Order: sequence, then C-alpha cells, then structure tokens
Amino acid sequence: MIDLSWMAWTWPTAIFFIVIFSLILAMGVWEYASPGGAPRIGILRFETTRGDRLFVSLLGSAFICLGWLWATDLSLWYALGVSALFFILVFRLV
Amino acid sequence: MEKTWNNKAWFFVLPVLLLVAFSAVIPLMTVVNYSVQDSFGNNQFFWYGADWFREVLTSERFHDALIRNLLFSAIILAIEVPLGILVALAMPKKGIWVPVCLVLMALPLLIPWNVVGTIWQVFARTDIGLLGYTVDALGIDYNYVRNTFDAWVTVVVMDVWHWTSLVVLLCYAGLVSIPDAYYQAAKIDGASRWAVFRYIQLPKMGRVLLIAVLLRFMDSFMIYTEPFVVTGGGPGNSTTFLSIDLVKLAIGQFNIGEAAAMSLIYFLIILLLSWIFYTVMTNAGNDKPMTGGGE
Repeated sequence: MIDLSWMAWTWPTAIFFIVIFSLILAMGVWEYASPGGAPRIGILRFETTRGDRLFVSLLGSAFICLGWLWATDLSLWYALGVSALFFILVFRLV
Repeated sequence: MEKTWNNKAWFFVLPVLLLVAFSAVIPLMTVVNYSVQDSFGNNQFFWYGADWFREVLTSERFHDALIRNLLFSAIILAIEVPLGILVALAMPKKGIWVPVCLVLMALPLLIPWNVVGTIWQVFARTDIGLLGYTVDALGIDYNYVRNTFDAWVTVVVMDVWHWTSLVVLLCYAGLVSIPDAYYQAAKIDGASRWAVFRYIQLPKMGRVLLIAVLLRFMDSFMIYTEPFVVTGGGPGNSTTFLSIDLVKLAIGQFNIGEAAAMSLIYFLIILLLSWIFYTVMTNAGNDKPMTGGGE
C-alpha cells in the first residue's frame, strides 16, 4: 500500500473530493444516457455547455462559501444550502 | 451512414491525465487537506475546520496584498496591451528589419525572472545604476528603497520592459496573418487609418489579444521573483504582493494551514478573473437570443 500520510487526508476532505469526482462522472453518465450537452444561450447571454454550467456552479459555490465565512459566523451548512440552490438556478437558467 | 464509435482515443489522453494528476491535482488535493488542519511539525496535523479561511478572509494583511495585486495587474494591463499593439503596428511587415525587430523583441523574454530583478536592482540604484543616477542627476528625488511611489514605478516599469514584448509578438503574429486583400478593399473604400485598425486589424487580432491579456493578467497576478529581488516587498509592505505574502506565511512563519487556505483563495480569485476575461472576450459582440430551455 502506498503511504499517503504526507497528504494529511481527513474524512471531510476525502468526501469533498469524492463528491467532485462523482459529479464529473455523473455528467458523463448523464450525457451518455440523455445527450443534450450542446451549447445554449441562457440569461447571461453567452454560450454554455453542461460542463460549463458545472464549472460555473462549482466556482460560484466556492465563492458563496468564502463570502459566508467572511460575512457571518453561522454554520457553513447554510452556505451549502445556498450553493445547492445556486446549482439548480445555474443549470436551469444559465 | 451510421457513426462509428471508437473509445480508443481515451487511451491517448491517459498519459496527459496521469501527468496532470501527478503534477497538479495531487498537490492541489494536499493543499486542500492542509488548509483545514493545523500542523506543529513532525507531520502531525490537527483538525482546524474552516477557521483558517475565516482568518485569512478577515485579515487586513490579506486585503492589503490583494488590493496591491489587483492594482498592479490593472496598471500592467493598461500599459502593456495598448503599448504592445502600438509597437506591433509600427513593426515592419517585410524586409530585412523583420528578423532584427523580432530578435530584439524576444530578448527580454529570454532573460530569467531573477536575472531581470537583479538587472533592475542595479540599474535603478542612484549610486551605480544608469537609470537611478540619470534620474537623480535630473534633480528628481528618486529612491526605490525608501520611497513607496518610486518602488512602484520601478516594479511597473521593470514588468513593462520584461513582458510588453510578449504582447507585441502575439499581436504581430495576428497582424501578419491578415491577407492583403483586406487592405486593398479598405483602400478602394477610402477607409481611414483608424477605420482599418478598428474594423480589420483589431478584429483579426482578437484571438491573440485574448491570449495576451489572459497570460499577462495571470502572470502579473502571480508575480513574485522580480519585485522580491528588487524591493523585497518593501519599503514596509508597499510592494508585498499576494505571492510574496504567501511565501512569508508558508516558509517564513511555517504556518502551513493558513498559507494553504490563503493559496486556495488566491487560486480561486485567479480562476474567477481568468474565466470572466475569457468569457467576456470570446463572447464580445455576440448578442445572441436565448436558446434552449432548462435542464
């Protein structure tokens, strides 16, 4: 077994990466099962594919969490809820 | 005819994927792991949650370095892009002077960052440096070690000297790829010099200009070596940009957790700004109607 202790793994960070890789994998499965990833123009008036929308959602979620940490002492779980809402909005409208 | 599906191409991508995983993804994952922990050496880590992020985001030191960095990048882009276009337009398109100009333009790009820093550190000194001595002799009180404004001018001019050539070469490549027929048509229509630039040269340079702006933004936002060699981040903290501050935090103070959190925030800012630049520039002028519905 390779020694990965230098990477200082923790369960929360492992789950974080598992979720990200699963999302990428799920996008592949989604496109295979129901093709439709061709570019389209949404409310922001620029072309996005499904992959672009995933990127925008993830990047936006990162900034939502950073903004949350900067602005309030409340739990990050609320920020996760806002990010989930943002995800849905991006995939529906952008 | 039915389309043939062949997934063998994925195997050709595999080596690149492995290489990127080894050189970028795994180190980035490690940084994420460090950012939520505190370390007291001897590879011992303790869970710290998102507190490092909160500390960095609310720290005045980070805000100041970020503002300095954004200001520096804005100044660099505002100078280097128009200057690069002007120089590229002035360069000869054919004849013996073409290779001479190209070599002269390429020279600053071939010099390593730390050497550029050392050259300018000596060049700007008022006792032995040609620039510093000349400016001093003109009666201008110039000292980049003591004066904040002088330090900024020195660092900005050094970057312009080092990197404008890149913008020039990219724009020049865009300009020489324009067929003569476009210029002939413009001449027949009696187009002015400005009209030729605005409607022929600028649109044809669009793509390379996008690359130039992206490269210069990312590079200037990550600048470390040159200002570190010339000013060491001073006087005071006046030229301490994000990368210099990050190195001080990670190596100087050995605060790995906070440095990891700071580098992730730094990375996300670069990612966001680069994506905005890319999206705006690739979609400029494409005011298309909405297509398709929700997912």
